[in-house]
Formats: sequence, C-alpha cells, structure tokens
Amino acid sequence: MSGLLPFERVVDRYGGDVWRFCASQVGVDPADDLFQDTMLAALDAYPRLRDPNAVKAWLLRIAARKAVDLFRTAARAPAAVADPDPGAVPGPQPPDERLWEQVRALPVKQRQAVALRYVLDLDHAGIATVMHTGTEAARRNVFEGVRSLRARLDD
Amino acid sequence: MTDHDVERTLASGPQAPSGQHWARLRAALAERAAGEGLLDVAYAPMDSPLGPLLVAATTVGVVRLAFDNETSDAVLDELALRVSPRILSTPCRLDAPRRQLEEYFRGERTQFDIPLDWALTRGFRRQVLAATAGIPYGATGNYRSVATAAGNPGAVRAAGSALATNPIPILVPCHRVLRSDGTLGGYRGGPDRKTRLLHLERGPTDPA
Repeated sequence: MSGLLPFERVVDRYGGDVWRFCASQVGVDPADDLFQDTMLAALDAYPRLRDPNAVKAWLLRIAARKAVDLFRTAARAPAAVADPDPGAVPGPQPPDERLWEQVRALPVKQRQAVALRYVLDLDHAGIATVMHTGTEAARRNVFEGVRSLRARLDD
Repeated sequence: MTDHDVERTLASGPQAPSGQHWARLRAALAERAAGEGLLDVAYAPMDSPLGPLLVAATTVGVVRLAFDNETSDAVLDELALRVSPRILSTPCRLDAPRRQLEEYFRGERTQFDIPLDWALTRGFRRQVLAATAGIPYGATGNYRSVATAAGNPGAVRAAGSALATNPIPILVPCHRVLRSDGTLGGYRGGPDRKTRLLHLERGPTDPA
C-alpha cells in the first residue's frame, strides 16, 4: 500500500487521458459511463496494485477491457456504443466523425493500438505494455489499423 | 485521405472533458464510489475564521482535520499511507461535520456530536487526546493534568507531543491545554489559531 498516490490525484493526473481513450473506443456520448465504470473498477482494485509507477497503463488496460465488454453488449443493445443508425439516410457529417466511426469498426487490437498511439501518444513499447503484447505486435497493430482506416475512408 | 491525414485527425481528438462536464463527472464518480462502499476516505475543504480547513472522514468518523499551514498534498499523502489510498474529494460525505464546525465558529455550538476515527493515533497518545475531551468548552487544563487523566502523571512531555500531533484539532480540543505556568504552549495550527479558539470559547465578554 505504501507508495500509492491518493486516488484523487490519480484521477487528476490520468483521468483526462483515460476519458479520451474511452471516447476513442466507444464514442463521445458513451464515454462518461465507460470512464466511471473504469475508474470505479480501478478504485476497487487500487490497494492491491503492485507497481505504483504503472498506474496509467493499468488504468488504460481496465478501460480497454471494459470497452470490449461494451462492444459485446452493443450486439444486443446498440446504444452502448456510438454507431450510425443503420436505418438513417446518411447525411453530411463532420469528416472527423467519419474517421472515429471507422476506428470503432476496426478489429479490437487495431482499434486499441491506434488510439493508444495517436490519442494518447504512447510509443510501441507503451502500447505493448497496455495490450500485453510484444513491441513488434504493437507496431503491426498500429500500422495495419492506420492502413485499414485509410482504405475504408477512401471508399 | 493519406496516412498522414489519418494520423493527424486521430491525434487531434477527442478533447479531454473540462469545466462543468469534468466537475460533474468527478462529483458523480465520488458519489458512486461512496455509495458502492469503495471509498475509504472522503475529504472536503471548508472555509473558517481560521482560514481554509481540510476535513477527512472514513466510514467510522472524522479522521483528520488540517489547517492550511499543512498542504493538502501532505495531508492526503499521509492519509493514503496510514489509512488507505482510496481517497476522493466527496463534499457531501462531510456535510454533518462541516455544518457543526460552522455552528461552532459562530458561537452556536459548544459540543460536537460527530463520530471520530482514531486510526491516526494509538496507545498513550490516543488516551491523552481522549482526555482533552474532559476539558469543558471555555475552560482550560494543563499538560500535567491531561497526562494524569490519561493514566501517566509523569509523562508530561509525551502528553505535549501527543497534543502537538493531534490529527483532529478543534473536534479533539487540544487547544484547551496550556502549560502549568499559564503560558500558551504549542499548537499544530500555530499559536495564533490556538489563541483565537480560546477567545472564541471564552465568549464576547472575554476582555483579552
């Protein structure tokens, strides 16, 4: 337990980045709930955290896992993840929002890696730590994610 | 769209929540944490005639009260280390102690009705601090009498040390303890605050 920051300070330091990662995975509107669920799960497990220096990666890992759970739920309850209404007539959208929709449509490893690399500015080693992969796998997931996004947006 | 465009757009958003959105999110998080039994220490600031205070409570009771001569970081770090790191700013959980303290400062309350958590004080120190509760509002005692009430009349310096490190001043009225020669003695919040608390308790008729 010694060496752990007060959790209030954890939220101060990393809360913004955790929220941004949440929004990258599930969209802006569902991000508040995903953020709450992530931070509450973290608070619950906090006294048992073994490496106080690895708080940020640990938080992102929890957020990533809970985002994946939301995607599974979205198969049954579409509002869980922000997706375009399939019945709607496609209208003009801000170009950025089209990109984020496609991010959410990526396979999970690419979706996570792309967000960790570009939204959170992690290097491949940092991404590997969050995703429990090797550094080369992290690099590949980022590369393939960006390539896939470009291909989908060029359609 | 080129790869560069994709990367640039990814890097430019989403923006971190700020202002009222962030404040609401933080408050909701703290309240949910408290409601789900995940919050070991709730704290909140409050204003007072002695300057800003920080009050912290566990589910047992108020565990800490600090004046602003101690930084909130130092206070919270100590709580994280010695009580629990599951600490969040949760003003609603401190409503009752804050209200009673405000009444006390207005001269409307002479006795506190608040559970205390003695987690930060053990053994003889705790007995010394508990003994100060026997000194009535508006009265004073001295270090020797408090040491005696705590069961060790000779431990005057230890009593002084216990009082100087009182984690819950005002609620545990160590300010009512003076030296036997009548001089002020020490105080965690500094001599000025000790004097002002004694004047407050003696009432408006106090000539000093």
